[in-house]
Amino acid sequence: MRIVALDRRALALGLMPGMMLADARAQVPDLAAVDHDPLADDRLLERVADFADRYTPLVAIDSPDGITLDITGAAHLFGGEAGLAADIERRLEALGLTLRHALADTPQAAQALARFQSVPSADEAMAIRRLPIAALRLEEAAEVALRRAGLKTIGDLAARPAGPIAARFGAEATAALDRLLGRADSRLTPRRPPPALYCERRFADPIARTEDALQVIAALAGEAATALEERQGGGRRFAARLYRSDGALRDLAVETSLPVRDPAAIERLFRERIDGLADPIDPGFGFDMIRLAVPRIERLAPTQLQLEGGAISDDAMAALIDRLSTRLGRGRLRRFAPRDTHLPEQGVLALPAVEAMPATWDGPEPGEPPLRPLHLFDPPQPIDVIAEVPDGPPHRFRWRRDNHEVIRCEGPERIAPEWWRRHDRGGLTRDYYRVEDSAGRRFWIFRNGLYGKEQARPGWYVHGLFA
Amino acid sequence: MGESMEQLAALRRSIARIERRTPAEAATWAATGHEAIDRQLGGGLARGRLHEIFAAGPGDASSAAGFAAMLAVRLGGALVWLRTEEAEAEGGGLHAPGLGEIGIDPGRLLLGVLPDPLTLLRAAAEVVRCPEVGVAVIELWRSPRPLDLTASRRLAVAAEASGVTALLLRVAADPVPSAAQTRWAVRSIASNPLEAGAPGHPALDVELLRQRGGPAGRRWQVEWNRDRASFHESGPDEAALPGAVVSAAAGRSAGAGRRRAG
Repeated sequence: MRIVALDRRALALGLMPGMMLADARAQVPDLAAVDHDPLADDRLLERVADFADRYTPLVAIDSPDGITLDITGAAHLFGGEAGLAADIERRLEALGLTLRHALADTPQAAQALARFQSVPSADEAMAIRRLPIAALRLEEAAEVALRRAGLKTIGDLAARPAGPIAARFGAEATAALDRLLGRADSRLTPRRPPPALYCERRFADPIARTEDALQVIAALAGEAATALEERQGGGRRFAARLYRSDGALRDLAVETSLPVRDPAAIERLFRERIDGLADPIDPGFGFDMIRLAVPRIERLAPTQLQLEGGAISDDAMAALIDRLSTRLGRGRLRRFAPRDTHLPEQGVLALPAVEAMPATWDGPEPGEPPLRPLHLFDPPQPIDVIAEVPDGPPHRFRWRRDNHEVIRCEGPERIAPEWWRRHDRGGLTRDYYRVEDSAGRRFWIFRNGLYGKEQARPGWYVHGLFA
Repeated sequence: MGESMEQLAALRRSIARIERRTPAEAATWAATGHEAIDRQLGGGLARGRLHEIFAAGPGDASSAAGFAAMLAVRLGGALVWLRTEEAEAEGGGLHAPGLGEIGIDPGRLLLGVLPDPLTLLRAAAEVVRCPEVGVAVIELWRSPRPLDLTASRRLAVAAEASGVTALLLRVAADPVPSAAQTRWAVRSIASNPLEAGAPGHPALDVELLRQRGGPAGRRWQVEWNRDRASFHESGPDEAALPGAVVSAAAGRSAGAGRRRAG
């Protein structure tokens, strides 16, 4: 077993990462060792990155032990770069972490300085030149080759012409050097894409009441609305992030079906969101910052139409179908279209609503009770029927293990097979009956086949249920 | 007496405050057409609220669905009906001509068939938030775990904000606490027979189990008249006299029954 990492006191005793644990124990018999858990390290790093989100939305994780922030335009909020660094240091030390930081013009330079700088230097360029070759973070073999060639620092390497270096140690060596020295374009890849728009508010004293937090969100929504109005846009998703003073985060997001920017509507959604939470917001010692982000801006005309109930226009219906189909899944939202056939189970098509045109249906005949069931079984469900005469109406039937006594009955309504559609002229004539049982339940049942002509013992089926 | 009335009013106000409902945003009503029910409900079924409809027994699924459809006719507007694949298989698919027989234009119905109760409730939340929807019928079989007080409260709040009337149709389930404005139990009863003993217009026994901020515990036997799109009384005394049902429409149907009976 080898040592992966050591704390400050262990380093002071002369132990080094990479040593055998047994060797280290020989030097320091009472060494406390715990198993290396890279996943837990990653989780901690994620938490620190979440925490750092309060300084700027552009946060990148630099595995295994670094966080890189793009603080362009953010430092003035903390009284300059030094103030920002001091604030981060103070908060992370309160969490029990030790920290080395560096500020530089490029992400690579900052990462290298934070990791490898041993003596402070006033000039950034000078400091980088003093860094060891390891700061390039090349592969083991390339690094060893550079050291064997006597190139110990970045300055040594930078003084040589690039051509021979690339030829001898690989193109990656010169590329890494260019990135480190800021000669090549290098950018931070943030963990999350930065939102299109965000507003935030910091508090000198943490706020602990949910109601106060909501007020702040409403005020931020007002700010966002002004910015959105300038761009003639609106958001369909609003994400509020509450930063607790102990570094924990709470995310709340609301979505709207149409782009909005009305602060009152956004506040109402957040209110609903908080009301609907299964576990209430735990403010701990209070929130010291709240940020409201609009991840994407969509076009929104300057005025919004308010649609009231009642009859709605085809346009509104189409818009509704589009949106619901998008949300529920294309095939999930259906619309009925009639089909020209006599067979009840084939008479209706349920088409995806996005592609079906609204069909016109024949209205039922006035004065008639419902002649077609509300629920239709496809396929029809077989039942046992007792009838007084084999080609007469049903007297009693058994369906789903229950006996039903037929009290009222109407029929038969004969539906002939569609012989013109089938080559074998198959299919049986169905005699449909509307029946009501002793409990007042209404069924649509049929006898499949004409007794004695088409079938010796015709089967019976329940095809539908009436209201 | 005057003092106690005052106290009662003060209590009502404070309850309304707790429920975050001021008298100003009181609901509008859709009358059912049945006088006694409308009186009990204070004018009719409240729009922009959540209402629960329970099928009283396992065989009453179609009657409860029919009642929801009838209420949707009274409420008007675009109708979105959400159900699970399980309900489609077990209770039969919604049949467009059958909906037409109740008075719904199948062309204005949108049917959403979802794989399980959780996705159904999520979809329902989306639908109820769309102000273009008139009525959303949310059909749930049995008592799925995701349907708890929070879920129903979410639906109720969304319905209030958007003005969509949400009808939560429960089959093979027992009532549990919910945020619904009213709760109904529906069972089918014998219809008033037409000529030659033919089954008549849909007849239902509807029981008002609960009404938020109002009296409950009444039940009525109602018959649905599609042509007038309204409920009316379906008493046993009228049932004893076939053809003697109040309206001219009933006379027509009796005639129709005669025509069809041969």
